[in-house]
Amino acid sequence: MRVKIALEEKGVRYKYLEEDIFHNKSPLLLKTNPVHKKVPVLIHNDKPICESLNILQYIDHVWNDEAAPKLLAEDPYDRAKARFWVDCFDKKIADCGKKMWASKGEEQEAAATEFIESLKVLEMELGEKPFFEGEHFGLLDIAFIPFSCRFYTYEILCNFNVEKEVPKIMEWVRRCYQRDSVSNSIPDQYKVYDFVLEKKKMYGIS
Amino acid sequence: MAEVKLFRTWSSPFSLRIVWALKLKDVQYDTIFEDLSNKSPLLLQYNPVHKKIPVLVHNGKAVAESFVILEYIEETWKHNPFLSEDPHERAAARFWAKFGDEKVLPSIWDAFISQGKEQEEGIVKAKDNLKYLEEELKGKTFFGGDHIGFADIALGWLTEYLDVFEEVTSMKLIAEDELPLLSKWKKIFADAPMIKENWPPRDKLVTKFQALREASLLKKVPK
Repeated sequence: MRVKIALEEKGVRYKYLEEDIFHNKSPLLLKTNPVHKKVPVLIHNDKPICESLNILQYIDHVWNDEAAPKLLAEDPYDRAKARFWVDCFDKKIADCGKKMWASKGEEQEAAATEFIESLKVLEMELGEKPFFEGEHFGLLDIAFIPFSCRFYTYEILCNFNVEKEVPKIMEWVRRCYQRDSVSNSIPDQYKVYDFVLEKKKMYGIS
Repeated sequence: MAEVKLFRTWSSPFSLRIVWALKLKDVQYDTIFEDLSNKSPLLLQYNPVHKKIPVLVHNGKAVAESFVILEYIEETWKHNPFLSEDPHERAAARFWAKFGDEKVLPSIWDAFISQGKEQEEGIVKAKDNLKYLEEELKGKTFFGGDHIGFADIALGWLTEYLDVFEEVTSMKLIAEDELPLLSKWKKIFADAPMIKENWPPRDKLVTKFQALREASLLKKVPK
């Protein structure tokens, strides 16, 4: 989703290839990402680029004419802050996410608590700014916003309310969804919930 | 007071990356050695989220996480670049650096802190990961091509620390007959002038990692 949003923001035309990552990874995916065998993979001029943060930086570097919006700030320190927070998010929040649907009881509750605390840290980082990097939609927004489609699922499974816990984050979510790049790229939250229920069944998790 | 400060420990391979990068860019800096069992208030102030080293402080602004710091150094001091101008090569360098930390390092560590059959299986997994690096070195001296690049700085800890692990456990992971390119890279990188002079003392590393291994093995003993 991050990659789709970035390509849309830059106005890049692309072909989207849906992968069935649970049952039947395509030969092209296995060839272009033989190490991890994971999505997303961007193929540009027949050359693959893997890992979403790598791909976002690649897109920003390649499609950098004046008309295209910048995804990364110009200043090295602002770029460092953005990279730091994406790394932090990927290490901490994504991990909680999995535990919230794949576990139960105390482990699930602990994951939910950690998730809400992480969202509060993000809310502090957002502050009063419209977007994470200030006035403009950028790398951090692109990195974080796809996760919002899972909030409904986590709320139902773990019995909390994101709006109540982190209202500024929800305002930011709604602000991001006003952009076509976001609303066109992120799946419906109810479909995500159905999908997670299917995954739970597949893994035998009640 | 110097405008660049590096908070590090004497033995951390993540800190060494920053030492090498600053050396390659010929940047003068002050070092603050941290005792991780008693972290300084400054470290906690500069890295409140993770409370870890390394942290680079430049003109009072703190940057944490070694790969984030490397990118910051590259973008701030533009001479002697260690990332290619070519966007695809940049992406590849970042990919292999991350692969090193997320797959190679944990698999080596798991093998290092185990013994017997568990260690044998761990060694197989670690070597499987190293084979990807071997493949990536084809046609190149360094991961960066003709000169030390981002991925070399990220993976460089392997060249010394694997010898330390071998001294502690007799575990040989990069043998010349199995991984000839990695074996050659190991020697060339470890001996490169700006790298060689910054290795921590070998005997101290052996003592430290021996103790760490023993402590880990003790934890695994069923009570």
